[in-house]
Amino acid sequence: MFLPKDPFNVIIGGVGGQGNVLASQILGETLVAQGYVITIGETYGASQRGGSVMSHLRISAKNPFSPLIPEGQGDLLVALEPVEGLRILAPYGNPKIMTLLNTRPIHPIEVISGDADYPEVSKVIATIKELSSRIWTLNATEIALEMGDPIFSNIVMLGALSSIQVLPIDRKIFESVIEELLPSRAIEENMSAFDRGRAEVEEITKAKPV
Amino acid sequence: MTIAQNNPGRAVLLMGNEAIARGALEAGVKVCAAYPGNPSSEIIGTLAGVADEMGLHVEWSVNEKVALEVAAAASLAGLRGLCAMKQNGLNVASDFLLNLNLTGIRGGLVVVVADDPAGVSSSNEEDSRIFAKLGDLPLLEPATFQEAKEMTREAFSLSEKLELPVVIRSVTRVSHARGNVALDELSQAGPKPGFDLSRPRCAFPALPNHRVLHEKFQRAREISAGSSFNFYRGPDKPDLIVITSGSGYLYSVEAAINLKIEERVGILKIGMTWPLPEAFVLRYLREAENFLFIEEVDPFLENNVKELFAQNCFDIGVKRFHGKANGMVPDVGELNPEIVTAAMENLLNVRQLSRPEDYGRVAREAVGGLVPARALGFCAGCPHRATYWAIKLALALDGRNGFVLGDIGCYSLGMGASGFGQMKTLHAMGSGAGLACGFGQLERFGLEQPVVAVCGDSTFYHAAIPALINARYNGANFLLLLLDNNATAMTGFQPHPGTGLTATGDKTPVIDLRAILEVFGASVEVVDPFDVESTVETILRMIRTEKGVHPVRNPNGCNLELSETSNQKMEKGEIISNGVKVLILRRECALVSAKRQKKLFRIEVDQERCLGEACGCNRLCTRIFKCPGLMWDRAAGKARIDEAICTGCGVCAEICPASAIRKEAA
Repeated sequence: MFLPKDPFNVIIGGVGGQGNVLASQILGETLVAQGYVITIGETYGASQRGGSVMSHLRISAKNPFSPLIPEGQGDLLVALEPVEGLRILAPYGNPKIMTLLNTRPIHPIEVISGDADYPEVSKVIATIKELSSRIWTLNATEIALEMGDPIFSNIVMLGALSSIQVLPIDRKIFESVIEELLPSRAIEENMSAFDRGRAEVEEITKAKPV
Repeated sequence: MTIAQNNPGRAVLLMGNEAIARGALEAGVKVCAAYPGNPSSEIIGTLAGVADEMGLHVEWSVNEKVALEVAAAASLAGLRGLCAMKQNGLNVASDFLLNLNLTGIRGGLVVVVADDPAGVSSSNEEDSRIFAKLGDLPLLEPATFQEAKEMTREAFSLSEKLELPVVIRSVTRVSHARGNVALDELSQAGPKPGFDLSRPRCAFPALPNHRVLHEKFQRAREISAGSSFNFYRGPDKPDLIVITSGSGYLYSVEAAINLKIEERVGILKIGMTWPLPEAFVLRYLREAENFLFIEEVDPFLENNVKELFAQNCFDIGVKRFHGKANGMVPDVGELNPEIVTAAMENLLNVRQLSRPEDYGRVAREAVGGLVPARALGFCAGCPHRATYWAIKLALALDGRNGFVLGDIGCYSLGMGASGFGQMKTLHAMGSGAGLACGFGQLERFGLEQPVVAVCGDSTFYHAAIPALINARYNGANFLLLLLDNNATAMTGFQPHPGTGLTATGDKTPVIDLRAILEVFGASVEVVDPFDVESTVETILRMIRTEKGVHPVRNPNGCNLELSETSNQKMEKGEIISNGVKVLILRRECALVSAKRQKKLFRIEVDQERCLGEACGCNRLCTRIFKCPGLMWDRAAGKARIDEAICTGCGVCAEICPASAIRKEAA
């Protein structure tokens, strides 16, 4: 599969603790194994959970690019949380950006304490849709919880990403990457999370093409 | 493991810190030491993972000065050594470093300092390059991941050639970013170590040693002038030359491409930034009239190039310099593509829209109207939230405006909403205890407020022990809360002397916090912060100066009275005489516990029992306690648990006045 654009700029965003960094690393390594030149910039530092986090992936056939995507130049947004997806579109979105969205909210402390409101999720999805050229949605957290642990939601999202056919993500290479990165006891469950995500998006794209 | 594979030519995705580690392995490093600090922590973490396989000694030292001494010892014995730290760490290590430059070294010694522009995970954003200038030490700044590896490998040879430690200055966008790196041969060669008795290494007398240092520096200048890490990319006689180093390089290249001005802009990329490659820079100063400096944090290149220009201006004529000094680039914070693009647009009078303007406006309005803020906070189930809750209650019950002196760790968040704003000072490692030594002497001048300091377990070993010895020696009067979560949590759960494990996972004797404290006679007690009531009662008892209970103040309208048992304890308990008192709050980091997947409790809100806004508790669990594992169910007007977040610590069940939050052993 060719890159739709060079560099192709992917942003994976969510909330600290959702496995954003690991998802970007797995995606990056899967693409490096297929011969691409990748740069990943990560906005984390303090390991505390709860803040907004974002990884920038620059994918090129030949050159390294800087670890930060210039304003307005995102090509694909993988949002692990609805308002985080919308937050990222303000600086990095453009009319051509495509969005893959986990619809399950995580309430910020400001919302828990009542100092701010969490918007209706349907409103957030509608706004993201207006600001994107295409959108795919799934509740990856729900799928992960069904599997017994919310920790799998990032891998469910990577499975979904592989089925929207925007980036070349080979299932076998993905498997060999996680075999190197994760403990061996975790491989089977993570592959099944990947497949659940993959199947979920195939289902919704068949049911209601957007 | 990828990092130790001997597979020359293979391209792998490495974090900048891993690339630095790989460079050290290719150079045949033998001894590596550090104290963890972001964004440098993964360098030693990575090396520790391959220490056995590669035959290295890798350690988490107790602080950066000791780490540098450990690595320097290897060098003085003829082996190659590496020491890594964050910018604040170099302050700690600098006392040794600025004497080591005088004695010189033997085996290659590389000091990697990872700076944190904008202080994303630091208390400051200092630029560590100034230490290289201060100590006449060679300085390298990698711009790409490949270069991070190459420079580290080369730094060892450079260090041996000059018999000086070499400083590598990385930044967050190199250290904590990832990119393709082509591997080279690993090296496991190394001499048999020995200390050369004919070459004592004494900094005193300073004068002849300083002279030798300057002679070495002269040689470093020649090497710098010919370094392949310095290069020029661009046309002859450009309209503008960007002089850049480190992460600024890729931003500059991409901005020129995006603005379609590659024909007009040259990029002078300096890799060896100290000593400045003078002849090389002078050559390009003649090529253009306008210069723009793009570098992280301080105008280091900018000032050094201007100094060089001043020395040579008769020969090279009038130039215009743009950068932090004239406001073309912000003088605080981190670089990004927008800063570099804007400076080029200004100087060359070009403009390139990155997206339709109305899209940007609509997107920003949508976000402004819909998206709530999301502040950093303690994790769900974090013992520090429970600790600060107990501190808040105890200080309110005490009623004398006690205050908390803090320092560096996850618990620094105690200054914010998630720690109920309890922590009132934040400076360096161990500074809470150090300041308490001073505040704890002010009673004689009329200070009536109780003095409380907080300090983490790893920070205690790093920097608080001297302060506590000082407190005992000089009779300072304060309470230290030692937040013992059994890990260096903030930087990625590295072990420390209290954990019984080394960097390489080997067992080692536990150096017990309590035992250390008792040796010099501090009064020590231990509680579990998840036992909120006992923690409040113990803090209160340890800060009081007279028997009995102070009048209860009730800022939140509920649940502030201590139980009868606690009150009795307070009545009966001895007044601990003045001096340094330590309360150890012991509870493992929630993220470490979660890795073992042990939920303490299953938590549920009984919505029948939860009285919502009508309770009178002012929504204690959500509005006041603010754990992210809780949610406010707006439709029901009651609290509820977010099962994707809750870690089952059970603290909210203890604080709910209606007993609506239930915990069951999981």
